[in-house]
Amino acid sequence: MKVSMMITCLSDALYPRVGEAMVRLLARYGVRLAFPQTQTCCGQPAFNSGYWEEARTSAKTILEAFEDSDFVISPSGSCTGMIHHYPKLFENDPVWLPKAQALQRKSYEFTQFLVQVLGVKDVGAVFPHKVTYHPSCHGSRLLGVKDEPMELMRHIKGLEFVPLPFAEDCCGFGGTFAVKMPDISGAMVTEKGDHVVETEAEVLVGLDMACLMNIAGNLRYRGEKVRVMHLAELLEEGVKGA
Amino acid sequence: MSGAATAGSSVKERAKLALNDEFLRKAVKFTTERLRNGKKAASEQHGHWDEWRERGRQIRLHTIAHLDYYLNLFADNARKNGVHIHFADTGAEAVKIALEIARRVQAKTVVKSKSMVTEELHLNHALDSIGVEAIETDLGEYIIQLAGEMPSHIVIPAIHKNRYQIAELLSADAGETLSPDTTVLAGYVRKKLREKFLEADIGMTGCNFAIAETGSMVLFENEGNARMVSTLPKTQITLMGMERIVPSWADLEVMATLLPRSATGQKLTVYLSGITGPRRETDADGPEEMHIIIVDNGRSLQLGDPEFQELLNCIRCGACLNACPVYRHIGGHAYGGTYSGPIGAVLTPALKKNVAEWDDIANASSLCGACYEACPVKIPLHEMLIYLRRRKVEAGRGNALESAGMKGFAAVMGNAKRYKAALKLGRIGQKLVVRDGGIRAKLGPLKGWNTYRVAPSLAKETFRERWDTLEQEIRAGLREMDPDMKERMERLARERAEGKGGHGHG
Repeated sequence: MKVSMMITCLSDALYPRVGEAMVRLLARYGVRLAFPQTQTCCGQPAFNSGYWEEARTSAKTILEAFEDSDFVISPSGSCTGMIHHYPKLFENDPVWLPKAQALQRKSYEFTQFLVQVLGVKDVGAVFPHKVTYHPSCHGSRLLGVKDEPMELMRHIKGLEFVPLPFAEDCCGFGGTFAVKMPDISGAMVTEKGDHVVETEAEVLVGLDMACLMNIAGNLRYRGEKVRVMHLAELLEEGVKGA
Repeated sequence: MSGAATAGSSVKERAKLALNDEFLRKAVKFTTERLRNGKKAASEQHGHWDEWRERGRQIRLHTIAHLDYYLNLFADNARKNGVHIHFADTGAEAVKIALEIARRVQAKTVVKSKSMVTEELHLNHALDSIGVEAIETDLGEYIIQLAGEMPSHIVIPAIHKNRYQIAELLSADAGETLSPDTTVLAGYVRKKLREKFLEADIGMTGCNFAIAETGSMVLFENEGNARMVSTLPKTQITLMGMERIVPSWADLEVMATLLPRSATGQKLTVYLSGITGPRRETDADGPEEMHIIIVDNGRSLQLGDPEFQELLNCIRCGACLNACPVYRHIGGHAYGGTYSGPIGAVLTPALKKNVAEWDDIANASSLCGACYEACPVKIPLHEMLIYLRRRKVEAGRGNALESAGMKGFAAVMGNAKRYKAALKLGRIGQKLVVRDGGIRAKLGPLKGWNTYRVAPSLAKETFRERWDTLEQEIRAGLREMDPDMKERMERLARERAEGKGGHGHG
């Protein structure tokens, strides 16, 4: 049974600690992750901007890297969501379309895999802090990952959960949207930052580093000390401290 | 067409105006929140919302797939009821037909109930050009008409104005100071419109749904003005988009369940009128002459287009606007067309079949999917926005800088070695700007980002560079997998291989 890590280019380059936490946490359940070195980016920036030829070039590295894997796990609902767009991206390509369909069927976002496949709800973590949660749009809306992170957090000892007001509103990242429409994106992330501050939480947790990078960047810009973490990091830290 | 918020040539410039307008942002936030909370409560209370969304979607899909059949059925039945049916291929043609009727009946004034199609056709201006006064009788539309603006929301035209701004407009209209009290303001408009209803020569309406099996037209409204418009004047003209059809009254039941709940959170609007032809001898009131102008104006371009045909399923509830985090901050005028919000961002270019001119609207979305989630007939607007962007690139009209950037993206991301080399270069380059693990300098492509945030720096070592060490550590301490887990994973993989398992789009 080959279970592989799709690290995503963002976590690879900026947040390797998230991948490490995932690897360590899953090893506790006997899952030995593989890491195919030929993977690059899922192609989403090009796909969403309308450059599908370029997106295909990048997507093929993913399709090839994971062809012999049985499960593919990623710390991002958005990049896993992109895999779900592959059948559309390769709809006119008889060679790559079956590969795209096969990858879609075996791809999982991290908490999806942990809860749905492994059946883990309580990782045995202790995390005595006030925590709020931002549900990222692609994970929750496109993949339907809504209950899994809540279920995992409910079982963490000592964790005080504070709901984030307007939690389901987009943080304003949207990939190239943040670059092309900086003022609209800025207004959105500023409002998201306001809501995080309002909760008085010590920690903001999420399932997607792109959104968390956006929100963390805004919180830091305004001098807020809220710690921003991926749920995998929080779980791993909580298990280590237990 | 005027008004500060509609100035500016690109969505970016128009959005900037809106973002600097605190009144507008507050007013839009206040009302969209109220509407979306109302919708949420109403759909939860309904209990089987998603099943009904699917029913609604199926009805719309079926109707649009057989639109020619149902349009003919509707037209035949409406004619039997004594309605004059007109088909207009273009906006200009629809306007011409309406003006001809107005001239023939020697109309001086037209009272109108709320209609987005007439906004799309700029019919008020056309009527004005032949000396016919058009009076909007929906409260929000009346306010917008006074301000000389376009509606900034499909359902709530004056959503961007607060009651103080509205009191100012209505006071100028009244020639006396009216207090900014909603009862007072509505009372003033009601009294003023009463006279207009009585003296108008033509009543003009839109059409929420047209029922093919009986040739009837249906209006949903809350103020009773559409009922006045469709009963008092001698002549009624109804303008409808060609896609407004549903096959039967039984289908309308599904639409009547979805539309008010999605639009305002109401179980049903205060008034729901079904009109089947002009006044009959036994009727107490109603128009002597009734016309329905069926407008294409770019709609049929979507037929047979697998990526955009579902656009015609839209029932104009405005739920996608209320759910949209971009609309929340910039309001409707920033979109620059008659239809705003996510539906407008797709519909405007689609109707114009001119991707190049309208591209910047498609870019004003973070693709968060809130519109799709809110849509009562499940139109995948977030995907259509991507298709619009792609068509623009395919037509060779992409932004030159972006095209070059994307070629670079493909070159780097098409091969892991080049990707690794690029990261190494980036790490050397960032030394100039990284302070304390972050980048604050507002330069180059980071200018927009760093106006609201601190950018992160590249990690000292990437995940892939750490992999070997990490793997050794894991291998040393790996635990035995629980047999149940192992069994479950093997079963999933097996089922997948047999074509049963796996998971599709959420």
